[in-house]
Amino acid sequence: MNLSLALFVSPHLVHLSPVDAVIIVFYFALVLAIGFYLKRRSNTSEDYFLAGREMTAWIAGLSFLSANLGALELMGWAGATYQYGILAAHWYWIGAIPAMLFLGLVMMPFYYISKTHSVPGYLKLRYGESSRALSAISFAFMTVLMSGINMYSMALVMKVVLGWDINFSILVSSITVAIYVGLGGLRSAIFNEVLQFVLIWAGALLIPILGLIETGGWNNLRVQVARNASAEYTHLWSTLGSFQSNPMGIHWTGIVFGLGAVISFGYWTTDFLVVQRVLSAKDLRAAKMAPIIGAAFKMFVPLIVILPGLIGIAVLPMKLVGEGAAVGTGGHSYNEVLPLLLARYCGPGLLGLGVTALMAGFMSGMAGNVSAFSTVWTYDIYSALFHKNASDQQLVGMGRWSTIGGVAISVGTAYLVIQFLSIMDYVQALFSFFIAPLFGTVLLGMLWKRATAAGGFWGLLTGTVSSIAMWAWVKVDPSALRYVALSPYARDMAENMYRALWSCLLCVVVTVVVSLFTAPKLASELKGLVYGETEIPSEGEFAFYQRPVFWAGAVAVVFVVLNILFW
Amino acid sequence: MHSEGSISIWFFIGISLLGNGLLILGAGLYQVAHPPAEPVVLFRLHANVWWGALLAMAGAAYCYHFRPGR
Repeated sequence: MNLSLALFVSPHLVHLSPVDAVIIVFYFALVLAIGFYLKRRSNTSEDYFLAGREMTAWIAGLSFLSANLGALELMGWAGATYQYGILAAHWYWIGAIPAMLFLGLVMMPFYYISKTHSVPGYLKLRYGESSRALSAISFAFMTVLMSGINMYSMALVMKVVLGWDINFSILVSSITVAIYVGLGGLRSAIFNEVLQFVLIWAGALLIPILGLIETGGWNNLRVQVARNASAEYTHLWSTLGSFQSNPMGIHWTGIVFGLGAVISFGYWTTDFLVVQRVLSAKDLRAAKMAPIIGAAFKMFVPLIVILPGLIGIAVLPMKLVGEGAAVGTGGHSYNEVLPLLLARYCGPGLLGLGVTALMAGFMSGMAGNVSAFSTVWTYDIYSALFHKNASDQQLVGMGRWSTIGGVAISVGTAYLVIQFLSIMDYVQALFSFFIAPLFGTVLLGMLWKRATAAGGFWGLLTGTVSSIAMWAWVKVDPSALRYVALSPYARDMAENMYRALWSCLLCVVVTVVVSLFTAPKLASELKGLVYGETEIPSEGEFAFYQRPVFWAGAVAVVFVVLNILFW
Repeated sequence: MHSEGSISIWFFIGISLLGNGLLILGAGLYQVAHPPAEPVVLFRLHANVWWGALLAMAGAAYCYHFRPGR
């Protein structure tokens, strides 16, 4: 979700009282204290990059979810709900839950048993050095850019919401993140992600509670949304029969196959930013439970994101508009719906907590990207390409330096985005190019013994290049949308869904074809990496209610019920 | 996560909730005594009083349960 240039033109939305300022300072003090405290527990590479592999399922699960629950996410999807209605909830439900359960039950055993430090590291074990290099370099490049976008977005939001100077926000956030991740590594990032998770709920949950009180409950809210926007805005599936019958311009096949089957599986199962959190789990059962716990909480995030978007439609006196219109008229853009509601309901203290939750979300987004970058840089680029015999202490040292380097590049990216705002759109599009094909490569690697090193590399490369080519094709010739997204009426999000679907399918086809024409790996080389060659420990000694599959089933039932309830 | 001799993450969470809860509760009580000229919507519910109290109680419970050296 992009935060807009439109934000620049608004006067700042809220005025902080002294108690709000104290709450913000308290947060920064606590974050830095955690970083300094954890430094003494980050002496080995296992400590620094994988938090000692001693996290419980709860910590790993909340951190796994929290790495994705940044402020960009909260503000962006609340804005998307104002714009498109409850359809935005698909990104929280079908666009996340099945993939998270799949990661926990099917893929986690291979990641965990292989003892890899990263997703590119798994590709090295399964396919060889060329696949790892392609994946690691693209991932490292994209993560520091994403971290810079988080930094820029935080500075922008702080300017609009509080009137803070952009340079001041960039300076404070970058120094804070560099200190606490540099000192404590992944453990520090995880601690702060869990803290951020609690702060976000503590700071944001009051908005839907007070919003529902003001509107008179869910049924009255639906009536007011229908009056101010459209009755379609509160239906999740019933309007997806055609591209033209819903505000998002998307067909149910795009949601189910593009978002549900490819984009979400690609993101939640192969994006190292989130997978790294689960790799820190203390044992295989905790690693399997972590994504399931994350999924259980993920189902309820719409309470603090989607519901406020709908409440905004019902109660805000002004009509929010798109970015271009907001710039032109000096009005408020969709992305401002959450801060506007914060200002509407939250007095002194609560306002400070809400603003702190947003800051925590942004900084956590930066820290997550920087810690993942540091790991991939150290293990999959520095250690793999430049210094193969690096000692453990050298790896930790490189981890700390690459954290600082990652933050420095992020600062550069933030200023680059300030100069050329459109970079933000390109970077986010670029990120999506790598995720969908990577899912095809990793999944085939885990489930199909016959996949070969050449198959994996060429499949991944073809999928990525085809995704870029489709994106460029539509940019150059917008009428190509009818081929890429199957309809000339498809909008940006629909295009993304279908592009992901085609690039993943192409990756799978090329991987299969090339693999069938190249020599397979020996069974002994696939031990611990592939289904059929990996001994997965039995969970027989646990009672049924302690087994991951039981809780995955419970989450799946709630997921189905929610989709039916809001059909 | 709570290794031998280390402070649990939940203790830090407790500190955060307790500190923020007390500050919000204090600000809420001050507003009850001195109502603002431009109150927020639903000011009559005094959300910062009960929400602050709730956070402080949860924080105190976490601090106690996960205190260092327990």
